[in-house]
Amino acid sequence: MAKIVGGIMSSHVPAIGRAIARDLQGDPYWKPWFDGFPPVHQWLAEVKPDVAVLVYNDHGLNFFLDKMPTFAVGAAPEYRNADEGWGIPVVPPFKGDLDLSWHLIESLVRDEFDVTTCQEMLVDHAFTLPMALLWPGKGAWPVRTVPVCVNTVQFPLPTAGRCWKLGEAIGRAVEAWDSDARVVVIGTGGLSHQLDGERAGFINKEFDQRFMESLVRDPQWATRYTVPELVEKAGTQGIELLMWLVTRAALTGRVSRLHSNYHIPISNTAAGLLLLDNQPIG
Amino acid sequence: MSASIPGTTLFDGTQARKGYALNKMCFSFNDAANREAFLRDEEAYCARYHLTPVQREAVKARNVLQMIEAGGNVYYLAKLAGIFGLDVQDLGAQQTGMTKDAFKARLVAAGR
Repeated sequence: MAKIVGGIMSSHVPAIGRAIARDLQGDPYWKPWFDGFPPVHQWLAEVKPDVAVLVYNDHGLNFFLDKMPTFAVGAAPEYRNADEGWGIPVVPPFKGDLDLSWHLIESLVRDEFDVTTCQEMLVDHAFTLPMALLWPGKGAWPVRTVPVCVNTVQFPLPTAGRCWKLGEAIGRAVEAWDSDARVVVIGTGGLSHQLDGERAGFINKEFDQRFMESLVRDPQWATRYTVPELVEKAGTQGIELLMWLVTRAALTGRVSRLHSNYHIPISNTAAGLLLLDNQPIG
Repeated sequence: MSASIPGTTLFDGTQARKGYALNKMCFSFNDAANREAFLRDEEAYCARYHLTPVQREAVKARNVLQMIEAGGNVYYLAKLAGIFGLDVQDLGAQQTGMTKDAFKARLVAAGR
C-alpha cells in the first residue's frame, strides 16, 4: 500500500513568484522567508516522495462563480499554469497521477465527499508557488501531482470540521491505494491576512502561532470555530488555513514537527511554513 | 446572515448575486487580449459585460471599497488592478486611506 511520508504546509503569496523570477531569495525583505526552506529541501531529498497531493484554493484561474465547487479533485494527465492577470511568470506543467486521482475520487465519494472531478484543470499560484518553493529550479518537477481544490472564494465555505474530515478521508484513501508510492501531502495558503475592506492589512500573530502549534499537539483545535469566527481571527484570506487543516488530518500516523518558520510580512500576509513527519503507528 | 466583522464584507450569496457582472468582467482579465481591449475602450468593454451603473462608476473611480460594496470579490478585482500595475498593497493602502509606505510599515509592525 502507498505510504504518506509527511505533510508540508506553506503560504502561497503571489509576490513570492515575483521574488523567484527576480532571484531575490537573498534580499533582506525575502531572506527570512526563503531561509525557511533548506531543511525542507533536505527532508524531501531524503524521503524522495513520488507523488504530491496538493490541497489549495483557486483564486479565479480555473474556477469562476458560474460553477464553484466546494471540493474539486484533479484527474488530468497534466496540469498547466496560466496567466492570472497580474504578471507572475507561468511555470512549466505538472505531471498528474491518474491512478491516484481516480482512486482518491472513488474513495472520497464512497466516504460521502461528493467531489467535482476535473479532467482538465488549470492550477494557479496557490499550487505553483509552493511547488517552486519546495523544488526550486527551472521546473523539472520530480513528483507527480494530484490537486485538491477547496473553495475559499464564495461563502458558504466548508466548515473547519468538514475540512478536517476531508483530510482524514484523503489520508485513508491514500493509505489504501494499492501502490508502493511514497506520498507527501501539501497544503497551501494563509496564514493571517486580509486583502479587502477597511480591515485590509489585518494580521494576527498570536492566533497564527497558536494555530501552528495546535497542528502538532491538538490538531482539531481550530475546528471549534465557525468560518466567520476564523475570518475574524485570521482575516478574510487567512481562512486559507483550512488547507493546513485538511493536510494535517490526512496524516493518520504518529505525527511530529520536523521544521517550521513564520515571518511577517510577505506582501500583506503573515507567512508560515510547517513540515510534519508521519510515521506508521505500531 | 454573516456575522458582522468591522471593515469586512464576507463574499456570500448576496454579494455574489450583486457582483456577478463586475466579477465576470474581472475574471476575463486573465486573458491579455481582454486586458488590452479594456484599455483600448473601457466604456465599451464595461458595456459588453453589462456592469450596473454603480459598478461602472466604481470602476471609473478606481475605488476598491465601492467595487466591493457593488459586489466585487477581491480575487477578481486584483486582476483589474493588475491592468494598472497595482498590487495588493496598493489596494490595501487605498482601502485604509493610508499611503503605501504607511500601509507597509503597519504590516511590518504587526510582526513585532
